[in-house]
Amino acid sequence: MFAIKTDKITKTYGDLVAVNNVDIEINKGEIFGLLGPNGAGKTTMIKMLATLLKPTSGFAQVWSHNILNEPDAVRRSIGIVFQNPSIDIELTGRENLNFHAIVYNLSKDLRKKRIDEVLDLVELHDKADVFVKNYSGGMQRRLEIARGLMHFPNVLFLDEPTLGLDAQTRRSVWGYIKKLNEEENITVVLTTHYMDEADHLCGRVAIIDHGEIIALDSPASLKKSIGKDTISLQVMEKDIFLNALTVSDLMKDMELHDVSSDKFLDGSLDGSLDGYLHLSVENGEKMIPRIMDLAHKEGVFVQSVDLHKPTLEDVFLHFTGRSIREQEAGKKEYMQRMMGARMRGTR
Amino acid sequence: MMLSFNAIYIIWLREMTRFFRAKSRVIASLSMPFFFLIFLGLGFNAAAKFSGIPQGIAYIDFLAPGIIGMTLLFDSLSSGLSVIWDRQFGFLKEIMVAPVDRLSIVAGKILGGVTTALMQGILILLIASGIGVKITGFTGFLSSIVFMVLIAVSFVALGLVFASQIEDMHGFQLITRLFAFPVFFLSGAFFPPDNLPVWLRYLTYVNPLTYGVDGLRYCLIGITHFSVTLDVLVLVCFSTLMIILSTYLFSRIEVD
Ligand SMILES: Nc1ncnc2c1ncn2[C@@H]1O[C@H](COP(=O)(O)OP(=O)(O)OP(=O)(O)O)[C@@H](O)[C@H]1O
Ligand SMILES: [Mg+2]
Repeated sequence: MFAIKTDKITKTYGDLVAVNNVDIEINKGEIFGLLGPNGAGKTTMIKMLATLLKPTSGFAQVWSHNILNEPDAVRRSIGIVFQNPSIDIELTGRENLNFHAIVYNLSKDLRKKRIDEVLDLVELHDKADVFVKNYSGGMQRRLEIARGLMHFPNVLFLDEPTLGLDAQTRRSVWGYIKKLNEEENITVVLTTHYMDEADHLCGRVAIIDHGEIIALDSPASLKKSIGKDTISLQVMEKDIFLNALTVSDLMKDMELHDVSSDKFLDGSLDGSLDGYLHLSVENGEKMIPRIMDLAHKEGVFVQSVDLHKPTLEDVFLHFTGRSIREQEAGKKEYMQRMMGARMRGTR
Repeated sequence: MMLSFNAIYIIWLREMTRFFRAKSRVIASLSMPFFFLIFLGLGFNAAAKFSGIPQGIAYIDFLAPGIIGMTLLFDSLSSGLSVIWDRQFGFLKEIMVAPVDRLSIVAGKILGGVTTALMQGILILLIASGIGVKITGFTGFLSSIVFMVLIAVSFVALGLVFASQIEDMHGFQLITRLFAFPVFFLSGAFFPPDNLPVWLRYLTYVNPLTYGVDGLRYCLIGITHFSVTLDVLVLVCFSTLMIILSTYLFSRIEVD
């Protein structure tokens, strides 16, 4: 059985189709990632699955409950960390966690234990009794995550969980998500703009753009699907080495790229750097020693070697035509604006 | 449907916590009824009497239950503001995604609104008796609380109905004010409805607050225009209707 199964789920805002006829199946027990540029429809998708938005058409089953006519049952099966702020800044951190614990029916003992655990996780113990309006932006975000991880749902939605966190906190949150997934058998659905996060955590990843799923597979297969590894060599006697290469049995396992016309995976042209050879191979790390052997035998001096394996970054670019880095920059700005608006709101 | 008492309790507690942390708001909302009571009550006492006020009843005695009704009306309606506030600051997402039925959410919010409105209503009552309004007795005081609760439940729930439909704060305040003033003036709070032209008088009869004020008057100063039974009946029906309506509208709220 699936943890989540959508059936032509669609959400439109006026003329804008935010989510377009999406059919997706998420297995029980997996960590599933949604990747996509800003405005792709990730949040809209998650909010429909969490019963906060009604689909314009289509529907979905979450933990075998229909989101349209069994919203209460769906809500009992899920937990969620929202992309945008959803804590009460007039309360203290502990009061926020307590509210959550009681609403989710944790017993008194468990409540205390869990609150301590999650406060430890995000290192907010010494701020627990401070009003949230006096937290920094990152601390507010940490509190949101702590709250979302407090109860053990069947399905946990994480909408950009580590956005705006420092590297250290991100690491510990990753560890915790993995632990929840493995030890408590919680199915996790997350969106992220951090490729390393998707790579590190997700068993499968769907790339979504303009409300449609355009690729779906494990990170490894996705990377494989867009190309092989690239070895870039810089050699002194390029022509000699080229000749040696073309007659060697290494050619069975590689493709030679013409320097003047070939493009790197990221689309940048490489013509100017004289002396570079680009080789397209499987398992680049195993090929490098063999190439070095050959160079040695031929008496050719290799100045530098570089191995580029396709990253999710490349996959993203390949499918959406946009680099994730641009997205990330836009994101930070957005986050700052959100926080700014919030401050103005409280005066 | 299963009520979640935990959720009702914690939603109520949150409203209380926030209320007691915003003392300036309490004072501001109490000031209007206070001034109405002082200036209108004492001013008109000296001036001519409205027809329809029984012999031997001072105007300020007649007015006091009306002012309590007014306090409850304004305060109850504006408690819907907390929903707008929650939507604006994102906390509504946390509430709406909670695994509790919508009636529990509405019940928690209503309980919160009723508690704060009731505290203010009682405070105005104490102030009124402090400046010389004659109250029939302690049983009268206790039974007036029943009417205060009924009035508060009715209009807190109505406030939630508005809040479920309006997303921005100014819009909400505008609408509730546009709504509250006629309801207040046509409730017999200031003067007996008999002083109004016939068509307006009929409006007072379909106004639930009229029955609330009438009930309060019965409890506090012992006069009534309709009958206490009718007063209770109308308020119970109206508040039940409002609870059902607000729960239904809450279950349809979308949060983005
Ligand atoms: N309430 C709304 N009214 C109108 N349009 C909306 C609304 N909410 C979202 N949209 C639009 O729907 C599209 C999808 O938005 P969504 O928030 O799902 O994107 P996203 O993939 O989560 O993006 P991001 O990475 O920036 O979080 C966007 O074009 C957005 O402008
Ligand atoms: Mg989003």
